[in-house]
Amino acid sequence: MTATRPDTTGHFQSHYIPNTTDEQAEMLASLGIDSIDRLFADIPDEFRNPVLDLPAPLSELEIQRELGGMAAKNRPLGSGPSFLGAGSYDHFIPALIKPLITRGEFITAYTPYQAEASQGTLQVIYEFQTLICNLYGMEVANAGMYDGATSLAEAALMACRVTKREKVAVADTVSPAYSAVIHTYCQSQDIAVETVSPNNPTLDGETACLVLQYPNYYGNIEDMQGLVDAAHAQGALAVVSTDPTAMGMFQTPGHYGADIVTGDGQPLGIPSSFGGPYVGLFATKQEYIRQMPSRLSGRTVDKNGKTGYVLTLQTREQHIRRERATSNICTNEALYALAATIYLAAMGKQGMRQIAELCYHKAHYAASQINALPGYSLTSNDPFFQEFVVQCPAPPTEINRKLMEKNILGGLDVSERTPNGMLLCVTEINSREDIDALIAALSEFK
Amino acid sequence: MQQGGNRKTEKLLLQRSVPGRVGVVLPDLDVPAQPMPDQAMLRDELLLPEVSEPEVVQYFTGLSQLNFSIDTHFYPLGSCTMKYNPKINDEVAFQPGFAGIHPMQPVEQSQGALELLHKLQGFLGEITGLPAVGLSTLAGAHGELGGMLMIRAHHLANGDIGRTKVAIPDSAHGTNPASAAMAGFEVVELASDKDGNVDLDALHAVAGPDLAGVMITLPSTLGLFDTNIVEVCRIVHEAGGLVYGDGANMNALLGRVKLGDLGFDVAHLNLHKTFSTPHGGGGPGAGPVCATDQLAPYLSAPIVTEKSGVYDLAAPEKSIGKLSGFHGNFGVLVRAYTYIRTLGGAGVLSISGNAVLNANYMMNALRGVYHLPYDRTCMHEAVFSADLQKERGSSGLEIAKRLLDYGFHAPTMYFPLIVHEALMIEPTESETKETIDLFVQALIDIDREVTENTELVNNAPHTTPVARLDEARAARQPDLRWQPEAAD
Repeated sequence: MTATRPDTTGHFQSHYIPNTTDEQAEMLASLGIDSIDRLFADIPDEFRNPVLDLPAPLSELEIQRELGGMAAKNRPLGSGPSFLGAGSYDHFIPALIKPLITRGEFITAYTPYQAEASQGTLQVIYEFQTLICNLYGMEVANAGMYDGATSLAEAALMACRVTKREKVAVADTVSPAYSAVIHTYCQSQDIAVETVSPNNPTLDGETACLVLQYPNYYGNIEDMQGLVDAAHAQGALAVVSTDPTAMGMFQTPGHYGADIVTGDGQPLGIPSSFGGPYVGLFATKQEYIRQMPSRLSGRTVDKNGKTGYVLTLQTREQHIRRERATSNICTNEALYALAATIYLAAMGKQGMRQIAELCYHKAHYAASQINALPGYSLTSNDPFFQEFVVQCPAPPTEINRKLMEKNILGGLDVSERTPNGMLLCVTEINSREDIDALIAALSEFK
Repeated sequence: MQQGGNRKTEKLLLQRSVPGRVGVVLPDLDVPAQPMPDQAMLRDELLLPEVSEPEVVQYFTGLSQLNFSIDTHFYPLGSCTMKYNPKINDEVAFQPGFAGIHPMQPVEQSQGALELLHKLQGFLGEITGLPAVGLSTLAGAHGELGGMLMIRAHHLANGDIGRTKVAIPDSAHGTNPASAAMAGFEVVELASDKDGNVDLDALHAVAGPDLAGVMITLPSTLGLFDTNIVEVCRIVHEAGGLVYGDGANMNALLGRVKLGDLGFDVAHLNLHKTFSTPHGGGGPGAGPVCATDQLAPYLSAPIVTEKSGVYDLAAPEKSIGKLSGFHGNFGVLVRAYTYIRTLGGAGVLSISGNAVLNANYMMNALRGVYHLPYDRTCMHEAVFSADLQKERGSSGLEIAKRLLDYGFHAPTMYFPLIVHEALMIEPTESETKETIDLFVQALIDIDREVTENTELVNNAPHTTPVARLDEARAARQPDLRWQPEAAD
């Protein structure tokens, strides 16, 4: 990097800035001044125009080259068999999603506050709310949160508002990352966070909610009915972070009586992208709607009686309610709510079932084959969907290194929970050939 | 409910469904079928659309065409920095070497991504003069929460447990008080003085042992550079508090001044504003947090570290913890990196220079037609009041709606709250002089219409896909999802 005291006349002709120096001069003349720098006279002299140590500008061609070089230093999922899940899942993404979400009318629009100029975005949000409700078996869904972790943390805060209690019980089978985010969100609000076992959750009359994950972080499906009932028996809410893909076949959390259902929408047509952007899903019961965070799109009519959509129940939100808002959330992940909506439309009733069943059968095939290998065993007999923990004959990091020599991305090392435990994920993306290659490679360790 | 006239979009997805239609064909199962779980665990109904691929593409394309956007319309929405979003930024972010990497894969397999993030931390630290940077916060308000939790952690680490109050100017965005409250603080409102600066007497009155800090937007939401800012920081520091900077309006200051030099301790940037990443109809954004070295240990986890050319993820020593599931909105961060690399030092100065020039040019051309409550050199945006038009029977809302008929997106209305009938206009640097001239002429024409044909203005818009919507009905009888049994 070269430190330069930059040219403060603003005479760099960027291709993102149309006005030429002549036009700028004309505009300055209308203001009765002769330099752009004069417009910044309110900045104290001693701090104005500091040394700015940024690299020199690159042309688009050079940018493509530099970024292409950086991208080439990563190993993308599609470059070989991959069995890593743990909160970010490699699913098939239909080709129609990208050209639709990158249409300028969607991707370069703002939050739809100006309803007459934003009917496209508002109707998409209404569709999204409808489909998320149907997927989760819930009565009301919002326009989306940042990601699965923040959705779950906001659900815990909402449960405290609803119950007027200040203790949150989190099952120890919830994602450690999600659990950490719950701790961060609760730390400053005098809300106690306790970790409980889903086999015997200790709840009491002070507990605002029991936080569960379905399927849990280690892939298993817990006794949802028993756990939801246990929460309700103490007057607590049941908050369930739910994998949307599993909803293609498994019973909804709404069916079990869950009060708030959250999830990460990433499996619904959104690339892994090193962890973001994703979209947080958030649904609840009608009776709790006024405690809900984030935007809602409502169907109404215009003054001529024509159907239209507007943001509604905004008195919950920060721009109206300020420090008494249900959340500080403003910008969310609208473009990826759109992606998820398109995905659910294209997959539809039949596709969602098929995807779930492909994941289920392939994961169970892989699990039974690995379980039969000497030295390997499944750590649980509980039902599972597409992820499972295997106890390995060697430390998972060691096994993963060997797998990578064959260009196979192995599972997540969870040995802090299970000795030599590896959390594997198998989806519709993994062909039988991929799975058999994994099994063959694993069989080399004994 | 009467149906609208738009054939392509009037029916919702579930209203278009025809049993048996599919939008995607999936491969057959290529492993032996496995035993199914207990039937009681499985759902029977699944109410999702049954539509074909061409229908999906036509429907969503039709919906897109109901929107105003930067690519189709001038979008001078104050405080939102609706500048052009370069297409190269999207292209690089979507390449498989970035879009296809898993957040939990071993760091040896994501060195390119980590290198990019590490360099971006450096760029943002240099631009703000606040060298400790974390990228894990996913939007502006999320960054605010992170920054305010850091201030809280700093005071608690010093055993300073009595600092429970945060002072916020009356002109601030609603996210500021909401974020301070989420971080556990009591919010105290700070008055603005007659020039739109923070009122120093009001600040002195709250600068005591219970003050944790202040949250300041610079330039303010009035579009003004607070000429008291150095004094504001000094007063707060003297009282033992810290200064939080809301970087929503950084487009005005790029390269012109560093927040750290002025005395700010921690700030967030809105990459979806200043750094041109597309708003996406309401997100995704990214709200990186930039802080002094003193506050570096409290940054949210993870941050990216470098040692002898090897990059890694780490939790700062006294981190406030994790605020998001993984490492931040990586796809957004790639776009912002690309933007900064395209511009370099000279380019970022040109951004702020032209943004401020365009705003002042526009403000000057409208002076006298619309009331300027704070008639000073503005920064990237100008705040007018429609008081003069209100006297003639119209309002800021009506004028904003009428602009839609002229093919311009409306300005921000009724914000900041301290300006009556506020119209907050931000042209950005990426618009031509001709567009600004046309926009100015439209506002002059509308002012004339207010006198000559008030009803025309007050019933606007007339040309949009829908007319003024019944918001009261939407709130009174919330209809938030389509249900088959409901009457349409």
